[in-house]
Amino acid sequence: MEANYDIPAPKKRKLSLQIDPKLFEKATDEEKKQQDVMAESTTFFRDGCRRLMKNPLAVMSMIILLLVIVVMIFAPLIVPYSYDGIITVEGVRDKGAANLAPFTFSAKEQAYMDKYNVKIFPHIFGTDELCRDYFIRVVYGSRVSFLVGIFASIMVLIIGTIYGAISGYMGGRVDLIMMRIVDIIYSLPDILIMILLSVVFKETADFSSLPVIGKLGTNMVSMFIVFGLLYWVGMARLVRGEILTIKQNEYVLAAKSMGASSARIIRRHILPNCLSVIIIMTAQEIPSAIFTESYMSFIGLGVALPMPSLGSLANAARSGMQSYPWKLVFPAVAIILIVLAFNLIGDAMRDAFDPKLKQ
Amino acid sequence: MGKYIVKRVILAVITMFLVCFITFFAMNAVPGGPFNGEKAKSEAVMKVLNERYGLDQPVGVQFVNYMKDILHGDFGVSLKTGRDIAETIRTRFAVSAKLGLMAIVVALIFGVVLGAVAALNRNKWPDHIIIFFVTLFTAMPSFVMASFLLLIFCIQLKVIPVWNTADPNYILPVIALSLSPMAYITRLTKTSMLDVLGQDYIRTARAKGVSPMKVIFIHALRNALIPVITYVGPLTASILTGSLVVENIFTIGGLGSQFVDSITNRDYTMIMGVTIFLAAIMVLMNLVSDLLYKLVDPRIQLD
Repeated sequence: MEANYDIPAPKKRKLSLQIDPKLFEKATDEEKKQQDVMAESTTFFRDGCRRLMKNPLAVMSMIILLLVIVVMIFAPLIVPYSYDGIITVEGVRDKGAANLAPFTFSAKEQAYMDKYNVKIFPHIFGTDELCRDYFIRVVYGSRVSFLVGIFASIMVLIIGTIYGAISGYMGGRVDLIMMRIVDIIYSLPDILIMILLSVVFKETADFSSLPVIGKLGTNMVSMFIVFGLLYWVGMARLVRGEILTIKQNEYVLAAKSMGASSARIIRRHILPNCLSVIIIMTAQEIPSAIFTESYMSFIGLGVALPMPSLGSLANAARSGMQSYPWKLVFPAVAIILIVLAFNLIGDAMRDAFDPKLKQ
Repeated sequence: MGKYIVKRVILAVITMFLVCFITFFAMNAVPGGPFNGEKAKSEAVMKVLNERYGLDQPVGVQFVNYMKDILHGDFGVSLKTGRDIAETIRTRFAVSAKLGLMAIVVALIFGVVLGAVAALNRNKWPDHIIIFFVTLFTAMPSFVMASFLLLIFCIQLKVIPVWNTADPNYILPVIALSLSPMAYITRLTKTSMLDVLGQDYIRTARAKGVSPMKVIFIHALRNALIPVITYVGPLTASILTGSLVVENIFTIGGLGSQFVDSITNRDYTMIMGVTIFLAAIMVLMNLVSDLLYKLVDPRIQLD
């Protein structure tokens, strides 16, 4: 056998591995090809998004939500009515425009259109009992419900994640005490406490000076307070449980034994691994917050008048249900559509991002 | 087990105490006392009244007295009507309890059956239909459901009469109350049934030649029902909070509509009493469902 001179002969050192290059041969081109990267490596997030896009229900829900958001943003710019203003014809309040059916006009409006031969912007959802355009009210109601849902879930996300992360990472006695507090809060009947605080704040507190939230009224403030006080416990439990299991993993031990700092372990190893659970939980929190808001509005502890919300619109529509059923149908369908879309997206996200559900 | 029961009971007691504490001090923060009526009373009259009802004492003492009274079943009197609150709760809750129990039974039976059917026909049309409706119902708040039912069946089709106390028709309120918890139970049963059906002992039973019906009912369903027990607590809470709006919509004179009325009338003592009462039921049912769960399945490590 001929000596292979491409590889230098091993130096005869005492502690060397003493590998004999003669035993090796050069890799063929075909073998080298195996080392080539065929596809770009994907990140966790990109992989999840790809799965999400493969789910037709999720894509449909996203399109619906996107449409709803576009309508919510642009409708008030296009529709020439305001959510709290009575319809006017030639600068005069039109008292005859109450409870119009969708796409109909009041006598005054009809006369005006005939007189000048112009078109007035139609009342797409009709009008309400106080002669206000109903479409724009439903749009504003959706805005309120939407914002409440998103802000509440962000609040839950922040408080719950921080609390759960501290409790899970510290462990020991700190964890024990923090989790006992969570247990107690978890068993409090949240809706009842929310009702109670709303009733009290209505009498004692004045939040009208606050920038955005003041306009929504005291009840919304107390709802946010209760969300901040009570609703984060689910998230905290989840994050803590997740961190406890991740902490046990060998790669965390490996990182620790290589001298990584706590901050680095949390940032590089623990947070990315519980991100999926946190995202899914947040997505599922939005519809539940919208539910709670509409529920509170329905029993009269919702947004302050004249600001509409989907729940308060549905509540107001009840009195004239017999004659004007569409006034109930529009806000109700809006709630169902928004919540359904969020629910489906939440479920699809769980399927897409949870590594345990991968097949 | 014994240790767990003690722990769980203590937690329930602490929770209840906290509810009473929050309720009492929240209502105490509201300005105005029970005697601030339309007519201003003279200072001397107010002083006598306050002394008589113990309102001149420090808040802490008042709280202790209130707790003592509640433990004796005395919730005081309504601010607006002057009626005994415990008595009102008793009569009103009789109606609500009947309605709620019916809703719980309907939700449990239909939820379990539909969930099992969906699991057994996985990815076939019965599964798809059931899951479609379940998804729809979980996106429907109870008040939307109740209003729609009222609108369709009472007003448009006129097939079911509107509620009247003399001849109550429970069908619509029960449906309205039970649909969304039913949807959750269906989901829960389906997942746990699928889980159980994949277990080894089911395959063993089938291999032994046990009849398919027996496998489903005796071997699978019985074990698949265990997680449903955990939902009994939240189920009660959901039915009770749902009853607030459903009773209002169908104008049923139960505790739920009484509670909403007292909120609009700002009848603070009534709000206090009903809140504590409803909270007690919820906490109790949570306790019961947790203990049952532990009892039924000793493998479960809750701590």
